[in-house]
Amino acid sequence: MSTESIAWPSTAAGSRSFVETLHEWVTTVDHKRLGILYIIYALVFLVIGGIEATVIRIQLIRPHNDFVSPQVFNRLFTMHGTTMIFFVVMPVLFGFANYLIPLMIGARDMAFPRLNAFSFWMTAFGGLFLYFSVVGANGLYGAGNAPDVGWFAYAPLTSQTFSLGHSTDFWTLALLVSGFGSIGTAINIVATVLCMRCPGMTLAKMPLFAWLNLVMAGLVILAVSPLTAAQIMLLVDRYLGGHFFDTQAGGSAVIWMHFFWIFGHPEVYVLVLPAFAFASEIIPVFSRKPIFGYPVMVGATVAIGFISMSVWAHHMFTVGMGAAANTFFVISTMAIAVPTGIKIFNWLATMWGGKIEFKTPMLFCIAFLFQFLIAGLTGVMLGAAPFDWQLGNSYFVVAHFHYVIVGGIMFTLFGAFYYWFPKMSGKMYSETLGKLHFWLFVIGFHLTFDFMHIPGILGMPRRIYTYEPGRGWDTWNLIVTIGVFFQAAGILVFLGNLIWSYFRGELADNDPWDAWTLEWSAHSPPPAYNFALIPTVKSRRPLWDLKHPDDPDWKYE
Amino acid sequence: MQLRGSNQWHFLGSQILVCVCCTAAAFADPASPFSPTNIFAPASTPAKSIFGLSLFVLAVTGAIFLVVFTLLLYSVVKFRKRKNDDGREPPQVYGSNQVELAWTVIPVLIVVALFMATARVIASVQKTARPDNAIEVVAIGHQFWWEYRYPGLGVVTANELHVPVSDDNQSSPTFIKLFSADTDHSFWIPRLAGKTDLIPNHPNSMWIDPHEAGIYLGQCAQYCGTQHAKMLLRVYVQPRADFDRWIQEQRQPATVSAASQGQRIFETTACINCHTVAGTVANGRFGPDLTHLMSRDTIAAGAAKNTPENLRQWILNPDTIKPGSLMPAMQLSGQDLEALTTYLETLR
Amino acid sequence: MSTTTIPPVTAELEWNLPSRGQVAMYSLITAEAAIFTIFVVAYLFYMGKSLSGPMPSEVLTPPILYAVCLLSSSLTIHFAGKNLRDGNVRRFGAWWLLTIALGAIFLYGTASEWHRLIYKDGLTITTNLFGTTYYSLVGLHGFHVVMGLLGLTTVMVFTIFGMVQREHAERIDVLSLYWHFVDAVWVVVFTVVYVIGR
Ligand code: HEA
Ligand code: HEA
Ligand code: HEC
Ligand code: CUA
Ligand SMILES: [Cu+2]
Repeated sequence: MSTESIAWPSTAAGSRSFVETLHEWVTTVDHKRLGILYIIYALVFLVIGGIEATVIRIQLIRPHNDFVSPQVFNRLFTMHGTTMIFFVVMPVLFGFANYLIPLMIGARDMAFPRLNAFSFWMTAFGGLFLYFSVVGANGLYGAGNAPDVGWFAYAPLTSQTFSLGHSTDFWTLALLVSGFGSIGTAINIVATVLCMRCPGMTLAKMPLFAWLNLVMAGLVILAVSPLTAAQIMLLVDRYLGGHFFDTQAGGSAVIWMHFFWIFGHPEVYVLVLPAFAFASEIIPVFSRKPIFGYPVMVGATVAIGFISMSVWAHHMFTVGMGAAANTFFVISTMAIAVPTGIKIFNWLATMWGGKIEFKTPMLFCIAFLFQFLIAGLTGVMLGAAPFDWQLGNSYFVVAHFHYVIVGGIMFTLFGAFYYWFPKMSGKMYSETLGKLHFWLFVIGFHLTFDFMHIPGILGMPRRIYTYEPGRGWDTWNLIVTIGVFFQAAGILVFLGNLIWSYFRGELADNDPWDAWTLEWSAHSPPPAYNFALIPTVKSRRPLWDLKHPDDPDWKYE
Repeated sequence: MQLRGSNQWHFLGSQILVCVCCTAAAFADPASPFSPTNIFAPASTPAKSIFGLSLFVLAVTGAIFLVVFTLLLYSVVKFRKRKNDDGREPPQVYGSNQVELAWTVIPVLIVVALFMATARVIASVQKTARPDNAIEVVAIGHQFWWEYRYPGLGVVTANELHVPVSDDNQSSPTFIKLFSADTDHSFWIPRLAGKTDLIPNHPNSMWIDPHEAGIYLGQCAQYCGTQHAKMLLRVYVQPRADFDRWIQEQRQPATVSAASQGQRIFETTACINCHTVAGTVANGRFGPDLTHLMSRDTIAAGAAKNTPENLRQWILNPDTIKPGSLMPAMQLSGQDLEALTTYLETLR
Repeated sequence: MSTTTIPPVTAELEWNLPSRGQVAMYSLITAEAAIFTIFVVAYLFYMGKSLSGPMPSEVLTPPILYAVCLLSSSLTIHFAGKNLRDGNVRRFGAWWLLTIALGAIFLYGTASEWHRLIYKDGLTITTNLFGTTYYSLVGLHGFHVVMGLLGLTTVMVFTIFGMVQREHAERIDVLSLYWHFVDAVWVVVFTVVYVIGR
């Protein structure tokens, strides 16, 4: 039989100075440490982006409020959107992918450890660079500072004529640099999943987590590159006097929209696929059943990947594309509902007939199912082009995408945090605090984002720093703002739980959830080399086979 | 700690209730809309077609929601781990081709139905040809105000669009060509039609045929810079006779009385670089046409009521009304300001 | 269950996985291809939309000779790799050097074309949409040639110092893959800029 794993190489010795430890972390190429770096980095930005959101909401709490000036408000939502998408959700997902994929496929590290470190630091540098626009230039107030063009930075607002100073350059360069990081990580993930699997783990026997991240990485490669190209063009315009998006020299504003959304739409599936990956690992374990319809889940994922490349212009129904183009993008957009529906139904079928345990990770996943269902359906409403002529660019859209991103992605993400916390830290989290976090966040989420749909239906556009009284928007905005404080409280409890449990939590078993994938066979936390012996697998649930030698999975698959 | 299924149920149940109530509230009677910008209180054909489609889409998605939600609720309650659990693993089920086929095919059919309904409405709104009796308007988006031109009628105005009622007695829809002078904007009067963007180098068009007289509100719906929030829209739908009278008045140049003190100040300050007053030397085009300023209810794209008080404040320092607007503060002495305002007040 | 152990190796099973280097290079090429696609689309979209001259038909002549150089370098690098796999390091070095030379000639061609366009025809990146899209697309490709040449030269230096041996053939193949891609892109760029766009 195999050897017992050995603890993390003598970090516990405690004799290391802070500088040595820091040096170790900064120069690390270990996938687990890089994963944790990604995650911590993202958490810091989550608090920053969340504070920005809070200020936005305070400004909108009543009509004609003047908590912040219009200029600052415009910078706030730009920074909030950019931060949350590029420096919170992307890195945190890469962090989990980095940490878990090698463990789940029985490998000792990613395919290219140094590329991995390089990519992390590129991403990190991008985020710091973006925020340098706040402290480095003249700050949030004054000229030449934080970008204020919105997270999709439509031309010609980004041209020299309308955006003086360097704020837009900060935005462009930050995304360009972190984009290189993302592409690097994506290449690494693809190479790892395809080339590092342990013996016996054919593509059809990989955990769904690996599959979903593989498709996610493929999408990053195909989607972030167009953004890179568009950013290069924007830089050519701004620094070399080019005319790509210069409408005064015959350039087109619309082509920027196309380029951005060719990136932007697949991007949202880049964000959501890892969330699906978390759900696909957590739901089976807490229902005590294997994932229902594995091959179909894989097929649906690949289908989502492909279809999502052809729907970008549903963000442009109001730019006047002509009836034929609009019609095409309606059908491609709605087509995505089919594979996504398959996933929802398969998760439900996984729970069906199981024995569901309401541990914190599972609670978050159940809420995810409920919320993602609603969010997807509002997406379909937006996908019906004429309906979008009314709803587009209103608070209904803002509600739709926060419903997916917060209600879908953030919820599974919190689930993932609780689920893998014992593995990453070797300690158990506090279940009580976890449940408290869950309920605070659910209440806050629904107060904020349920009621946000209504001002949208009542004609409230997004990105307005204030609004007129007498439009029937006041009460809804008040409720929406109140919800944010519940969310903030929830997140504070969450952060508190992480920190408290890390120092004071009970020691965790290697396999606290009685789970089935390979990472649970490693020590908690895993040693630098993960597995003393590279495992061999015969089925999708290697640990099930081990625990039930009389009734192993490979007989059925 | 075991979470009781019923807890979950209560919570989720109350959520739905809230949602349903809100939707119902939003479906207010079109005659007394819940909000002047309610998309569910349409008053013009394009908005009505969209409303019809919305109801269909809402019904379909609502039904899907109910079915899937019930399934979710049922499995959470029914299959929760009981207190007296025997600790054995439940039967391991790996999948089932029949069921999976079913929940692939049914959504496909639903999608096809949704798509056909949508495609019909797209065609009916986008492909409507302009009838001969239509009013033609050119709307130009500026940072952060609207310019309107009636090419056939020789009228130029700003921020407040006047159109005739178009009903069964006399159909006279308004076709609007949309241009932008600078950045992207979007023209959105929720009760009259969906929004359409105004994009430089990319002419667009849309149409409305309001069935009832009244003032319809809206605002710019594409982020266009600092004052995107105060780029408000007002559409005055008037009975045909009133509309014709309005056009007549707007066609007149400014009444030429003996050039007043105020007019002299206006014409010797930078004002004329940016503003037009027909019949005088002022022919700037950067800012709104002021020829019939006093015929408008608001100034600065709806940011303030058109009162002498506000005018004075606006000219003295536009930033106090609309921080970031592109009109500079004019640094006038109190006396000059007074005279200037008096002059502006004669521009009826 | 509290402690679980790693599943033991039960039997020797045949286990082959694709090469990391190849997979990564193909991924990188996909990403690069996506970038080029966007630039090509922009070029095609703005064809004939310049508000002022000079127009492509007035100033562009297809650099056929240089194109032949670049394309034949794909062949030479292929022979280089073949020789290395056969263990013939000297011949490898010769073919490799030839490849570098052909790439350099191509770059010279681009440089002289740009020089002519800028100083004789007065076309710069700011002149009009044609200038913007032309210099960006051709420049982006040129940048890739430069990067490729840097890689090739590094290998050349190693070869001169005798540090490239038969066992490095696989890595050399990965680099060649990139060079083939750079050549293939030129076919597209050439067609778009000098055939369709003129
Ligand atoms: C992770 C993020 C994420 C995800 C997963 C989605 C998923 C979807 N989104 Fe969303 N979306 C965003 C993030 C996301 N979106 C963001 C960030 C924006 C705004 C960007 C900005 O402007 O700033 C946006 C904007 C946006 C728009 C543009 C609105 C506008 O600006 O005018 C549209 C329009 O079509 C749209 C549609 C959809 C659709 C159809 C889906 C579908 O994938 C949903 C599919 C799921 C379901 C349908 C539910 C489950 C299915 C079933 C139960 C089966 C049965 C159902 C049917 C047969 C219908 N989204
Ligand atoms: C990952 C993506 C993501 C996430 C998680 C969020 C989270 C939130 N967002 Fe965001 N949002 C976007 C992505 C996201 N958003 C994007 C892309 C846009 C579009 C931008 C644009 O138009 O360009 C947008 C725009 C947007 C708007 C519209 C602005 C406008 O159009 O004018 C609003 C308004 O309410 C909003 C609100 C919120 C709120 C309340 C949350 C909440 O869920 C946030 C909850 C988090 C917190 C409250 C932080 C918690 C922590 C603390 C408070 C700790 C404090 C403690 C210490 C200091 C120790 N968002
Ligand atoms: C640099 C250009 C510029 C100058 C000079 C200028 N204006 Fe303006 N003016 C504008 C712009 C732009 C607006 C629209 C602002 C907005 O709504 O955002 C405007 C709006 C106005 C309005 C409101 C019109 C309406 O219908 O909303 C009045 C009145 C006005 N200006 C008067 C004046 C007077 C009087 C002067 C000179 C003392 C002057 N302006 C000088 C650019 C200018
Ligand atoms: Cu004009 Cu927003
Ligand atoms: Cu989308």
